Amino acid sequence: MDLHFGDSEPTDEERAAVDALLGPPESSWEGADRSDTDLRWARGGREARDRRDLLLPGLHAVNDRVGWISEGALNYLCRRLTVPPAEAYGVATFYAMFSLRPRPATVLHVCTDLTCAAAGADDLCAGAEARLGPGSGVAVERSPCLGLCERAPAALAVRAGDPARTAVSAPATVAAAVRAAGAPDAAPAEPPAVTAVPQAGDPSLTLLGRVGVVDPASLDDYRAHGGYTALRRAFALGPAGVIREVTDSGLVGRGGAAFPTGRKWQATASRPDRPHYLVCNADESEPGTFKDRVIMEGDPYALVEAMTIAAYATGAHTGHLYLRGEYPRALLRMRHAVDRARARGLLGDDILGQGYAFDIEIRRGAGAYVCGEETALFNSIEGYRGEPRSKPPFPVEKGLFGKPTVENNVETLVNVLPILTRGAPAYAATGTPDSTGTKLFCVSGSVERPGVYEVPFGTTLGGLLEPAGVREGLRAVLLGGAAGGFVRADELDIPLTFEGTREAGTTLGSGVVMAFDDTVPLPRLLLRIARFFRDESCGQCVPCRVGTVRQEEALHRIVERTGADAAGDIALLREVGRAMRDASICGLGQTAWNAVESAIDRLGAYE
Amino acid sequence: MRKRQPKTYTRLTHPLVRDSRDEPFRRATWEEALDRTARGLGAARGAFGMFSCARATNEMNYVAQKFARVVMGTNNVDSCNRTCHAPSVAGLSAAFGSGGGTSSYEEVEHTDVIVMWGSNARFAHPIFFQHVLRGIRNGARMYAVDPRRTSTAEWAESWLGLNVGTDIPMAHAIGREIIHAGLVDEAFVRRATTGFEEYRALVEPWTPSLAEKVTGVPAAAVRELAHAYARAERAQLCWTLGITEHHNGTDNVRALVNLSLLTGHVGRYGSGLQPLRGQNNVQGGGDMGAIPNRLPGFQDILDADVRLKFESAWGTTVQPRYGLNLTEMFEAMEDGSLRAVYCIGENPAQSEADAGQAVRRLRSLDFLVVQDIFLTKTAELADVVLPATAGWAETEGTTTNSERRVQRVRRAVAPPGEAREDIDIICDLAARLGHDWKYADAEAVWNELRSVSPDHYGMTYERLEEHQGIQWPCPSTDAIEPTYLHGRLWEKDPVRRGRPAPFGLVRHDPPVDLTDEEYPIRLTTGRRLDSYNTGVQSGGFPSPLRRGEHVELCPEDAERYGVVVGEEVRVSSRRGSVLAPVWIDTSLRPGLAFMTFHFPDEVDTNRLTIEANCPIAGTAEFKASAIRIEKLPAPTHVR
Amino acid sequence: MTVTPLGIPRRLLEFTLDGEPVRVPEGTTILDACRAAGKDVPTLCEGDTLRPKNACRVCVVEVEGSRTLVPACSRRAEPGMEVRTGTERARHSRKVVLELLASSVDLSTTPRVAGWLEEYGAEPDRFGPDAARLGEEPRIDNDLYVRDYDKCILCYKCVDACGEQWQNTFAISVAGRGFDARIAVEHDAALTDSACVYCGNCIEVCPTGALSFKSEFDMRAAGTWDESKQTRTTTVCAYCGVGCNVTLHVQDNEIVKVTSPHDNPVTHGNLCIKGRFGYQHVQNRD
Repeated sequence: MDLHFGDSEPTDEERAAVDALLGPPESSWEGADRSDTDLRWARGGREARDRRDLLLPGLHAVNDRVGWISEGALNYLCRRLTVPPAEAYGVATFYAMFSLRPRPATVLHVCTDLTCAAAGADDLCAGAEARLGPGSGVAVERSPCLGLCERAPAALAVRAGDPARTAVSAPATVAAAVRAAGAPDAAPAEPPAVTAVPQAGDPSLTLLGRVGVVDPASLDDYRAHGGYTALRRAFALGPAGVIREVTDSGLVGRGGAAFPTGRKWQATASRPDRPHYLVCNADESEPGTFKDRVIMEGDPYALVEAMTIAAYATGAHTGHLYLRGEYPRALLRMRHAVDRARARGLLGDDILGQGYAFDIEIRRGAGAYVCGEETALFNSIEGYRGEPRSKPPFPVEKGLFGKPTVENNVETLVNVLPILTRGAPAYAATGTPDSTGTKLFCVSGSVERPGVYEVPFGTTLGGLLEPAGVREGLRAVLLGGAAGGFVRADELDIPLTFEGTREAGTTLGSGVVMAFDDTVPLPRLLLRIARFFRDESCGQCVPCRVGTVRQEEALHRIVERTGADAAGDIALLREVGRAMRDASICGLGQTAWNAVESAIDRLGAYE
Repeated sequence: MRKRQPKTYTRLTHPLVRDSRDEPFRRATWEEALDRTARGLGAARGAFGMFSCARATNEMNYVAQKFARVVMGTNNVDSCNRTCHAPSVAGLSAAFGSGGGTSSYEEVEHTDVIVMWGSNARFAHPIFFQHVLRGIRNGARMYAVDPRRTSTAEWAESWLGLNVGTDIPMAHAIGREIIHAGLVDEAFVRRATTGFEEYRALVEPWTPSLAEKVTGVPAAAVRELAHAYARAERAQLCWTLGITEHHNGTDNVRALVNLSLLTGHVGRYGSGLQPLRGQNNVQGGGDMGAIPNRLPGFQDILDADVRLKFESAWGTTVQPRYGLNLTEMFEAMEDGSLRAVYCIGENPAQSEADAGQAVRRLRSLDFLVVQDIFLTKTAELADVVLPATAGWAETEGTTTNSERRVQRVRRAVAPPGEAREDIDIICDLAARLGHDWKYADAEAVWNELRSVSPDHYGMTYERLEEHQGIQWPCPSTDAIEPTYLHGRLWEKDPVRRGRPAPFGLVRHDPPVDLTDEEYPIRLTTGRRLDSYNTGVQSGGFPSPLRRGEHVELCPEDAERYGVVVGEEVRVSSRRGSVLAPVWIDTSLRPGLAFMTFHFPDEVDTNRLTIEANCPIAGTAEFKASAIRIEKLPAPTHVR
Repeated sequence: MTVTPLGIPRRLLEFTLDGEPVRVPEGTTILDACRAAGKDVPTLCEGDTLRPKNACRVCVVEVEGSRTLVPACSRRAEPGMEVRTGTERARHSRKVVLELLASSVDLSTTPRVAGWLEEYGAEPDRFGPDAARLGEEPRIDNDLYVRDYDKCILCYKCVDACGEQWQNTFAISVAGRGFDARIAVEHDAALTDSACVYCGNCIEVCPTGALSFKSEFDMRAAGTWDESKQTRTTTVCAYCGVGCNVTLHVQDNEIVKVTSPHDNPVTHGNLCIKGRFGYQHVQNRD
């Protein structure tokens, strides 16, 4: 490609960061010194253009090392990858975690999302900002949900360098957060993942059974606790047999859409186009959700094994694990697990000596909620802006790199292990006929024991909240996160199944159960939700791009109003919301108005 | 620091005459100007040359060549195709009997391998290159052979940076590799070609390692290109002036054509040879007979039947011999056998190689009439200047593009002042010289052409409109022919197959202007994206990309000479010397410099180039001169 | 006569459009079918030379069985599909989309939009005087064309035309996110510091006049731009041998703008800098 580069050159540091990822440049056309051969022969073409998917890792490499992405660094990365600088700029500016302007090497991300806001995030943020002014070497940035809701309020410090350092402060005080930002290496260690599992030790746990029991860094410990029996069983069944088991188990996707997993696998497996890809969606960004983090931190090999089985069943040989950028410990654990599994032949060319080849590439998100949408996630992996694609074609037909792709979220995949070890009938015996198995719920907010709970489908909302210890004065429960819906405190008998919540006019979503007591100002909460969607809209389609802005404006106007004073704006919200739901490209825009609508209709907000 | 502004030309609005060469022009009436012209031309019958215009319409070219042949009784008619693509015409017609590119743009989108040889189409033919890009996006692999790593080359799977003027060694080495690798399309070679054994013997010495030594390109790269081209099911071989503007340009073309014969990459959909024309109607000018050896419809003057047809159509005798081409006409000025020239829309005083010599020769004419839209450097030398219309925006007619597509041009704006259409002017002159031609409009001219050119017969104006242009040949008013030429070569029946295509037995002959200690740098020339030829037209719009003329050097040479961007240096060849600011371009390598001739009023690059002409086609070796760079004692800088 | 390959023949399929059965070749979009049936479905981001982006969502129609409305411009007709173009639901979304656009973007030079606003009863003012607008100033950083992003509806057409679908220069991209997303060159620099080659193929596809010839921009500013006084004549560019068809827009015997026919086999609506902007020499008349 005849790319145009400005005059800016990378610093040695930036160059080193990129070269550490990509290796040294092979020719002067890629940024090395000019050699005689270079001036006579240059290779390029499709091979050079086919490395676009390394753009996001490249941006991370520079951002991790320097803390921001300069013109020179972007130029160099583009030259190495044969990517037009304008496009790379468009990609870099898409993600909240990157900065294209100089900023301090340390960034303190303070969560100001729903649970944390209810737990005093505003004061935390204001305090941190006051202490960490200009010259402190730390930039304080307000962040959407960091997935640490069981320890709200939360803050995440990231210090650029080689390697970049991170420290989590949660529950955070101003002093602790400032300390973490000042010396991430010296920050107190995070509590183990199991502290987010209040039911730990309960022998009935299936998906969470190993969290806190196995050493997450030890493959041997994982195998000593039943690891890799499911994969062995999968090889015995063969791909079609695995798909049959999964289909018979009644497993449906846990990401929110509840699509039958077996059908999805079958549709991908039967596509003649090759290669097939497996993508694990670990971009857990729905405010209030942190279950995937707990699994990846507490039982990482389970996900490696589950991905291997899914890939085997669908005929994929490469799996991409797209992991939220805000999850440093999960990333560390998963990287370690993948490396160990590879070293032990459980990933690679000949898994378990069965002649089946599979490997996992881990890709980090960089702060974009919309990338949780499956096709946006493909674009993100491919090195494009994380904008959703229009469907059809569906991923099973044209997914990652335009090839048949099965995409499942973490929780869905780890369900495959008990399905294979116990058999489909035994699995399906738990739960209800239409919602089989167990479900993970992220309980947070106004409860004594927040955390991830595993309960059989069919448990009522009250039955879930009871062990969590609801505090007094419960006003409402938000089910499914920002894209979900509120229910009233007197609706705790709603059965937690896909069909039960549907019947009750709400949704399970991704399993968020956020309790709010009557001290939380509802209009402010709704405004925070609206701002979240405005911030996270990718901007591709008009209903979402402008609609989320108009909704936030209207909610802002009525934040102190009720009744007739609010009626006009509520009508406006409904009209805009309806068009967003009907005409937006993806689920983000389609569901952005759900929570607000439910608050108006169910909770009587503004009455 | 000073800012270079390109010279802006304003339109000619009335005729200009002067009574002697040392007087300034004065405004004249059309009456006076035409009378003078008729007198000047009439006095030079038998010593007349017509410079027709590759930028004007087919209709105008038809009338211009008819003027030369019927009114002036000579075949001395030519145009600037001589300075660019005449070797393509000569080379292709030697092989296939017809001088047009063999395939169409659309086919480039549906081919497997594209070779861009001596062609920076990304800059010089941007919209053709969009078709190439479509092909690449559809999965084609593109290879670029060019001394510079141009914008075009940056899109290639592989760029081969050969030494200037070593195209034949490269082509022969590729041919040899194809033969040795057993990748020859033997059935095609047997049925549709002649001279294969001689060709095999000719290329045998050109081993990849010898080619590496001569061309500078690693043997592995040559091998890879040979295999890619030969193994492709479809392949397109495209070239531009990097092939033709050499003293042996026709040989270069033949060497490339050989590769298509070897592999059967011609005469099929998606496989073909595509010379990219530099001007809007280079193709059409030749098709219309505005060349010294062909009558309209590219029909050979030496063919008695053809002559008879035209003689009866025109009511005249056609000289049964080839006329002088542009280059020969310039030489004839030198020896006095050519004394009057009618120059329409061309600017040879700046576009010819060794421009100083061209100006001298034009000055030596008894009579020079220039018909143009601007007072060009050539017009400044004239006795009479006739203001004309801009072919593409102010007249009706047709032009023919690089894929042989005849398309309508239309009048969108009224010409300024007293400017008149070329055809009307020529007809008025013809009338003054005793030939009363009546053409109601351009369509009438076109219909006359259709009646004498079978290849154009089927193209009525109505059909041209309906189909957004039609490619020749189009012998029937009811049908459209395939997009590619020479499908006949694939016919089983030898009669329908016709004359087989001969391999061209051409030998390497390095550039005439050798580099040595005194002139150590090879200067090559080309176009930039936003400029065109001598800049008379393109200088008129404010391009943000334009930075004026520079001598472009590689970073290593700039360091060696201790010069920086913008610093003015002296550039000298064995013929002349100019001052030019330096630009640094990493696409060049040590010993290779690049200039354009877009800004002759500031930097007259053609004072450096050599008039070493292709003996067959007459095209000069613009692409290879030897120069030296000298730092000025007190450098000035140009921004 | 030798037979020229015509491509693979396409099968026909049948579906229902507003209650009427229609037969179309496989691969036909709902929009194609609507147009063939003479139905006027509004479109903004759709371009006849570009792959549908379906970003504006003004062409949405109702398809039986679909949870959401579907964009007519990109959704291909399927056998047995039941499509309704004028339902209250579809009209509501179109109305709101038009309101959202008109309340945030300057649509004063967008053809046909005034008629649609009226037809759908759109009231862009109802979002109040404080409704956020793009608030962009025209960017005049070169003498050939102007980027007036206050008129940009972010349809992506310029990006697609500059990028992979035609020009492959990739000078521009969408930068930023959400309502703050803008078309920009890298680091939001001036065009003159970018990869732009001034082919103007972005202007050719811009549906709102956000991108325009400097000549048009200046004449509009001076109040002299008058399309009713303009002629459009298609001729052939004289700058090289490719033979691009150029359509000269002439007002008062001055070329004021150049386009190219979108269905032309040589250009497909695209030109280079010389063909698009290199006409001035013809009218340097004094």
